[in-house]
Order: sequence, then C-alpha cells, then structure tokens
Amino acid sequence: MRLEVNGSWLEVQASTLAMLLDELGFETACVATALNGVFVARPARADTPLADGAKVEVLAPMQGG
Amino acid sequence: MLYGTGLTSRLLLGTAQYSSPAILAQAVAASGAEVITVSLRREGSGGAGFRELIAATGCRILPNTAGCHSAQEAITTAQMARELFRTEWIKLEVIGHADTLQPDPFALVEAAKELCADGFKVFPYTTEDLILGEKLIEAGCEVLMPWGAPIGSGQGLRHRDALRAMRAHFKGVPLIIDAGIGAPSQAAEAMEMGFDAVLLNTAVAKARDPVAMACAFGQAVEAGRMAHNAGLMPRRDMAFPSTPIFGMAELA
Repeated sequence: MRLEVNGSWLEVQASTLAMLLDELGFETACVATALNGVFVARPARADTPLADGAKVEVLAPMQGG
Repeated sequence: MLYGTGLTSRLLLGTAQYSSPAILAQAVAASGAEVITVSLRREGSGGAGFRELIAATGCRILPNTAGCHSAQEAITTAQMARELFRTEWIKLEVIGHADTLQPDPFALVEAAKELCADGFKVFPYTTEDLILGEKLIEAGCEVLMPWGAPIGSGQGLRHRDALRAMRAHFKGVPLIIDAGIGAPSQAAEAMEMGFDAVLLNTAVAKARDPVAMACAFGQAVEAGRMAHNAGLMPRRDMAFPSTPIFGMAELA
C-alpha cells in the first residue's frame, strides 16, 4: 500500500505501525509516532493497523528554542 | 519553583542554531542553566548524537511545540514529546502567524486546557495580556511565559509597562520572560522587574562567541535577581545630591 511517511509517499509492505518502523529501519525506541495527526503510543504501535493513504509522522529529538 | 521543582539557575536556554554540538554543550555549561528546551522533528541523520548530547548536559528537558499552528497539532506534539523525553513538562507554543510568530491566544487556551487535564505541566508561551494569563491559570497552568519581544528579534522588553502590570497582577505565579531577549542587559532588566526567570536561545547561539555570551547571560540573570531582592531605589525626575550639603566649606 502507499503511505505518506514524514512527508514522502512510499510503497510499503507493513500492515501495522510497528511493522512500518521496522521496515523503514527506524530506531523504534528513539522515535515518537503519530497516525493521521493522532499520537500513537509505543505499546500501541503493534496493534495499530495502517490503511492505504495514511499519513504517518515519525519524530525524534531535535534542537529547539 | 516550577511545578514543584526547585532550580538554582534562573536562566533557561534553547538548544537551536549553534554552530556545532560541542559549542552547544559548552554554552549550556557556561550559562549555568539547569533547564534546556528541545523540539521534535522528523527523524533524520544525527538524531542519536543529539540524544546523547542532551543527556550529557545533565539538564532538565523542556520540550517545545514550536511551529505548531493549531491546538490539535500542539497537543499531538506534546504527547509525542512526553513519550520521547519522559517528562510531563511542555513549553506550549501555538503560533498565530508565521511572520510575527505571535501566540494564538484562543488556540493556546484550548490546548492548555486539554494538556493540563491530561497531566501535563504546561509552560505556555503567551503575550502580556492579563485576561489571557488568567484563562491559562484557570486551565491549570502554574507558570506563564510572556514574550519580551517577537521570537528571534533581540528587541528586549518591548512592552515594559504591560509586563510590569503583569508582574504585579500575577503575584506568586512564576513568570518567565520567553523570547525576544537580545542582550544580557535586557535579561537583567527583566529580572530586576521581578520576573522569575528568562528563557532565550538566539542571543547566545548567534553570538560571535556563544560560550562567553552564555556566561554573560548567566551572570546578568543572577545580577538582576540579586538587584530585585535588594530593592531598587525609586526613580526621580530631578537631581538629588548624594554628598551631604551639611558641613560644606564656604570657599567662594
């Protein structure tokens, strides 16, 4: 299916958020996730299914003021 | 005392725009700050290095919601930050306009209500508006962070009288001047006026020597606080001789 991950459209095999992070090689313990603008906590990722066209954000700590 | 946490330093420092991670680490150490602000961005390269760097500072982390333009965006960002940084502290920024970076007061109160109800300890980036401040406190905020001037402008305290009124109105509420501070003298002035702390970033990060500037800000904040506690003399319109007239010789 096609998903928008951090602003880029990707063709992926994953069917859950946890699988998507593995597939894309994210360090799962060091990122926070949102699906369609809604926060998904780390323990809930494995039970969070992805639908075609979903918008996923994977965020990490960054410099800020 | 911020949400039950006592701090020795009254300077909070941002971590953005430094020329290198090493300079950032040295500036934090030189400033004496015990709280640093960080943000969340799309995971790219260098994430791991930054995580180690902020852990090495030993500072308490205050994540921000910088760049969020709606209450929902800010709430989601805060939830993500809480998980990632393992802290309930959140610097709540809801920006009303991309050019002015002025807070959107309506969305700010909406987001603050929801976040406070969800257990967050919210540090709202706000204006000096008194009613807005009251609404934020009603929402559950125990700290207010009025702007000195627009973010990154270095203009100092643009609305001194309004800030003075705010300080007087919110007795006992920790007030932190956040944004717009460009020089240590401006930070000292905020502290002399009785503000509890100062949060800044660009003035240090963009100095020719950020480490020395961080040190200067640390000292200015301390001096300003000490002056406030010592009690400033009242301002006078006319001169008043400091040397006694009594006993003056007649030499003319």
